[in-house]
Amino acid sequence: MTEVPTNVIQRVLSGLGRFSLMVAEVLRSLTTQRLSGRDLVDQLHFIGVKSQMVVLVTGAFTGMVLCAQTYFQFHKVKMDTATLAVVSVSMCGELGPVLTALMVAGRVGASMAAQLGTMRVTEQIDALRTLATHPIDYLVVPRVVATMIAVPLLTAESIAVGILAAYLVGVHLLQIDPGYSLVNMQRFTDHRDVLMGFIKSFIFGGIIATTGCYKGIHCGQGAEGVGHATTEAVVYASIAILISNFFLTLLLTRLLALI
Amino acid sequence: MIKVRQLRKRFGDQQVLDGVDLTIEKGESLVIIGRSGGGKSVLLKHIVGLTPPDSGQVLVDGQDIAHLNERALLAVRRKFGMLFQSAALFDSLTVEENIAFVLSRERNHTPEEISRRVAEALEMVEMPGVQKKKPAELSGGMRKRVGLARAIIYRPEVVFYDEPTTGLDPVVSDSIDKLIVRVCERLKVTTVVITHDMRSMQAVGRRVAMLHHGRIYTSGTPVELMASADPVVSRFVRGISDEKEHTF
Repeated sequence: MTEVPTNVIQRVLSGLGRFSLMVAEVLRSLTTQRLSGRDLVDQLHFIGVKSQMVVLVTGAFTGMVLCAQTYFQFHKVKMDTATLAVVSVSMCGELGPVLTALMVAGRVGASMAAQLGTMRVTEQIDALRTLATHPIDYLVVPRVVATMIAVPLLTAESIAVGILAAYLVGVHLLQIDPGYSLVNMQRFTDHRDVLMGFIKSFIFGGIIATTGCYKGIHCGQGAEGVGHATTEAVVYASIAILISNFFLTLLLTRLLALI
Repeated sequence: MIKVRQLRKRFGDQQVLDGVDLTIEKGESLVIIGRSGGGKSVLLKHIVGLTPPDSGQVLVDGQDIAHLNERALLAVRRKFGMLFQSAALFDSLTVEENIAFVLSRERNHTPEEISRRVAEALEMVEMPGVQKKKPAELSGGMRKRVGLARAIIYRPEVVFYDEPTTGLDPVVSDSIDKLIVRVCERLKVTTVVITHDMRSMQAVGRRVAMLHHGRIYTSGTPVELMASADPVVSRFVRGISDEKEHTF
């Protein structure tokens, strides 16, 4: 009976150890090796450009539903013109970064784990090593850097589209006064909300890429191993994003209050 | 050039390598034979530093590589070229990009030089004109030839072949054997071939070492092994199963 928990703890600890070693190797590679511009651009295209549709749809409909829900509540207490302010603050600090990161984790994190996992089971990663190339330099670093650049940009896009969609719904569908709404939105949304979203999305990008790459590089044998790696990459990245979001909100709120 | 001393490796309950001692001399053509699942590929992965041993040494030009970290191993592996059993071509790259992989990353070669050397390597493996194809468009034998071109383009000192004829028909297998001999003679490289194909062993080996129960059981010329009266060797080279022993 005691063996099972011990094995689970051992597995979790050894997994965390391997993950930490991989992250340390990524940092070492970033400081000592030259990053290939072509590899970075390829990854930016895959992560950034090809995620456009997913991120735009997510941002737009999140903004729209948030606007409608907020309006229905605020209308009861005659606070209609505060609706867009709530949408704006929520989209910048919480919903924009978190929902964008979750969507990118589903699309990009899974893809990274599947690509690298397949390379592992078909000995392509061993082949890389025999060709005097460190898999971290060639496979992981471009993906991590590209994701940490792309996710903040996608988040900015998602926030902008979400607020625009909320404005259209609020003003044209729900008949909220546009002038007061815009004034309130600007009054209650400041640069700290935007900065918080930017910092969070940067960290979430790192979580998505390192989790996806780690699961791919350390995946089990065969199609089953690749399948597990892909699923775990998405699940673990999503959980890590949601948990870290809570702590980041607490930490960043205090830190940004000093600015 | 390469010395393996008392190499041991265990996976779970299975002792795969149990004190392997082996010396590979510069310029020789060595074939390592043994039963499927007997640890031949594991031994090869230890020699090129892809797998760390539980104990023992792998000396490459006097340097023990068994416990070097991955970055230190990269420099050692520059001396090696390896053809994998599945060829292990990068499926997202074209044939040309696969073969030019190492040269492209060195950044001190012009595109013209890289193109010329890729064409030369493809010429050597008798596959001219396939530069723009993707690995998925190639047959098993063609993939192995491209894999070999990728392994030799940077002029390694030792070329390792992991079961180069497995999964190929006899005619293609024979052509791969002849290719291995030709590459060995033209580039003057040390050649190490892992196989359980006796025709291949006789075609490419100048010396043969047999791995059995995790150790080098015997070694000699292909002729000596084929004529051996030792029951273990004799049964293996003639392909005769022992009813008392599980053969799967």
